[in-house]
Amino acid sequence: MSDIPISHILFVSTALFFIGMYGLFTRRNMITMLMAIELILNSVNINFVVFNKYLYPDKLDGIFFTIFIVTIAAAEAAVAIAIIINLYRSHKSIDVEDATDMKY
Amino acid sequence: MNYSSYIALIPLLPLAAFVLLGLFGRKYFNRSAGIIATLLLLVAAGLSLYTAYQYFFVNGKVGDAYQSITAVKFTWLTFSENVSIDMGILLDPISVMMLVVVTFVSLMVHIFSLGYMKGEERFATYYAFLGLFTFSMLGLVVSSNLFQIYMFWELVGASSYLLIGYYFQKPSAVAASKKAFIVTRFADLGFLIGILILAFYGESLDFNTIIHNLTTQQSSQFLAITSASFIGVSALTWGLVMVFMGGAGKSAMFPLHIWLPDAMEGPTPVSALIHAATMVVAGVFLVARLFPVFSINADALSVVTIIGVTSALFAAIIACTQTDIKRVLAYSTMSQIGYMMFALGVSGYGGENGLGYTASMFHLFTHAFFKSLLFLGAGAVIHLVHSNEMKDMGGLRKLMPITHISFLIACLAIAGIWPFAGFFSKEEILLAAYNKSMVVYVIALVTSGLTAFYMFRLYFSIFWNKEAAVHDHHHGEGTFSMKLPLILLAVCSVAAGFIHFGNYVSSDGTALASAFHLSFAAAPLALGIGGILLAMWLYKTANDKPERLATALGGLYKAAYKKFYIDELYLFITKKLVFNLIGRPAAWIDKNIIDGLMNGIAAATGWISNLIKTLQSGKVQNYLLYFFGGIAALVIIFIYIWKP
Repeated sequence: MSDIPISHILFVSTALFFIGMYGLFTRRNMITMLMAIELILNSVNINFVVFNKYLYPDKLDGIFFTIFIVTIAAAEAAVAIAIIINLYRSHKSIDVEDATDMKY
Repeated sequence: MNYSSYIALIPLLPLAAFVLLGLFGRKYFNRSAGIIATLLLLVAAGLSLYTAYQYFFVNGKVGDAYQSITAVKFTWLTFSENVSIDMGILLDPISVMMLVVVTFVSLMVHIFSLGYMKGEERFATYYAFLGLFTFSMLGLVVSSNLFQIYMFWELVGASSYLLIGYYFQKPSAVAASKKAFIVTRFADLGFLIGILILAFYGESLDFNTIIHNLTTQQSSQFLAITSASFIGVSALTWGLVMVFMGGAGKSAMFPLHIWLPDAMEGPTPVSALIHAATMVVAGVFLVARLFPVFSINADALSVVTIIGVTSALFAAIIACTQTDIKRVLAYSTMSQIGYMMFALGVSGYGGENGLGYTASMFHLFTHAFFKSLLFLGAGAVIHLVHSNEMKDMGGLRKLMPITHISFLIACLAIAGIWPFAGFFSKEEILLAAYNKSMVVYVIALVTSGLTAFYMFRLYFSIFWNKEAAVHDHHHGEGTFSMKLPLILLAVCSVAAGFIHFGNYVSSDGTALASAFHLSFAAAPLALGIGGILLAMWLYKTANDKPERLATALGGLYKAAYKKFYIDELYLFITKKLVFNLIGRPAAWIDKNIIDGLMNGIAAATGWISNLIKTLQSGKVQNYLLYFFGGIAALVIIFIYIWKP
C-alpha cells in the first residue's frame, strides 16, 4: 500500500471534494445535496487518514478525527433529514428553490 | 434622660397609614380609610403630647436650660470614614413644640376631612397623601442633621404637590401644583447650595456640631468660613442667605410667594394643614434651627428682617382687596409668616436678647391654631355655599352658628385682640421689633391694623352683609366630625396665649421672663380695634361704600387687586426673556443638531440596509456560493497576497 504515492490519493480526495461541491451547487433536490455534502466530508476523511499514515505513522490523531467526523456526519444526516421531512410537510416539496421564505 | 425609641413611632405611624392606604386603600378600605388614618394619627398625637410632657416637665431640663437631646440616631449612608449621613431624632424645645403642633393640627384636619371629603372617589388616596405629608413634616422637624432635613424638606414639597393637584381633573389645580413645585424647587436650589457651603466649612452635617463649629470664635472652621469670601461677601453670609432662600421659598416669602395663593386649589382641609399651619412655617423653623449661626451674622439677619417685614406688609395690602376667601387667608398666612421671619431677624442670641426668637416661635405656635381654624371654618362655609367667592356668601351666621363663633374667635385672635392667642404672640413680636428698629416696628404696627381690617372684612362679608341667599342648603352646617375640630381649635386659639411660652422655648434654652407692659399694648390694640370698626362700617350691611372707596383709591386698589403684578412680572421674565433667549435656542439645538445627528445615523443605516438586502435571496445555494467564494478568497489572499 505504501507503494502508492501520496499525490495519487490526494488527487482522489480533491476530485471527491469538487464532485461534492458541484453536486451541492447544481442539484435542487435536498436529498441529493445532502449526499453531496457527505462526499465533501469523506474527501476530508481521506485527507486525514492519508496524512496520518504517510507523515506520522506512529500517531493516531488523524484516525480519531476521521472517526469523529463519521459520527458527526451520521448525526448531521439525521438532523438534515428531519428538517427535510418537516419542510416537505409544510411546502409539499423538497426543492431548495421553493424554500425561500427567509429572504428579505 | 432616657428616651426610648417610641418617639420614632410618631413619624412612623403616619407613614404606615400612607403605605397601607396607598397600596391597598382604594381596593379594600375606600370607606374606612378616614377612620384608619385618623386612629393612627390619634396615637401619634398622643405620643407627641406624652413626649412634650416628658421633655418639658420631667427630664428635658439640666440645671436652668433645656438640653438638645438626640433620642434616636443611626448611620444611614457611609461614604468614607469621615463622611456619612445619619438619620436621627433631635429633641429640643422647638422640635418638641413642632411635634405637638403638627400632629395636633394634622389630627384636626383628618377629623374634619371625614365629613368634608366624604363621598370623594379617591377618598383613600387623599388620606394616604395626608399620611405622607404628616410623616414628612414630622421627619423634618425632628431632623438631627442638614441632609436629613433637606430630604424631608423635598418630601414635604412632593406631598404638597400631590395634595394641591388632588383635583387633577381641574386644569387650574394642575397648573397650581406645578407652580408650587417649581417655585419651591427653585428656592431649594439655594437651600442645597447653602447646605453645601455650611457643611463644607462646618465640617459636619450634624446640627449641633455645625452650630458648635461655626459659632466658636476661635475654631478653625469659624476662621475659614469668615475669611473666605465671594464678591466681597463672606462665605458664612452666603451660606446663611442661601439657606434662607430655601426657607423663603417654602414659607412663601416675597418674592417667592407666588405659589401660595394658587396652592388654594387643593382641598380646603389641606390648605389648613399644609399651606397655613405646618409646611409653610418650615422656613421659619429652619432659620430657628440654625439660629445660633444666624445670630452671629448681622448681614444674614438683616436679609431675614427685610424680607420678613416686606412680605408682612405686602401680603396684608393684597389681602384687603382679594375676593376669594381662601386667597385672603393665603395672603394673611404669608403676612403672618413674615411676622415670624422678621421677629427672628430682629432677635439676638441668649437671655433677654432672644425675645424675638421666643416671640417668633410663640407666634408660630398660636398661628397654627387660629389659622387652621380659619381655613377649616372657610372649608365649612365653602362646603355649604359651594363657592369660594365672597359675593356668594353673606348672612350665614344663622345657618352655621358653630362655624360663626369659632371663625369670630379666630379672627379676633389673628387681629391681636386680648385675650385671644394672637394678642400675646404679636405683642412679643412688636416688642422685639421695638427694641431693635423703629422702622420695623412701625411697619409691623401698620400691618397689624391691616390684618384686623382684612380679617373682619372677610368675617362680615361671610356672616353678615346681606341676608342668606336661600338655595339648596340641604346638608346644613356639616357633620359632627366637621364641628368638633372647629370647637377644639377655637378652645386652643383662646387658651394658647396664656402659656408662658418664654419659660419653655427660648434661643438658648433658659427661661425668658416675658416682659409685658400694658401701655405698650395700647397702640396695636387700638389699631386692631380701629381696623375692626372700619371693616364693620364698610361691610356689616350691604352698601356701596366699599365700591366708592375702591374707586377713590383708584390705581392703588387696582394694583393690590392684581397682586402688584408680581405674577405678570414672573410671566414676563420666564415667558418673554427666559423662553425666548434661552429656551428657543436650546430647543433649536435640540431639534436640529442633537436630533439631526440621531436621525442622520438612522437614515444612513436604513439606506445601506436597502442596498444590501437583495443579498438575502432566501436561496440556500446562493448562500453556499457566497460562503465558499469567501473561503476561496481568503485562501487566495493568505497564500498569494498576504506576505507578512
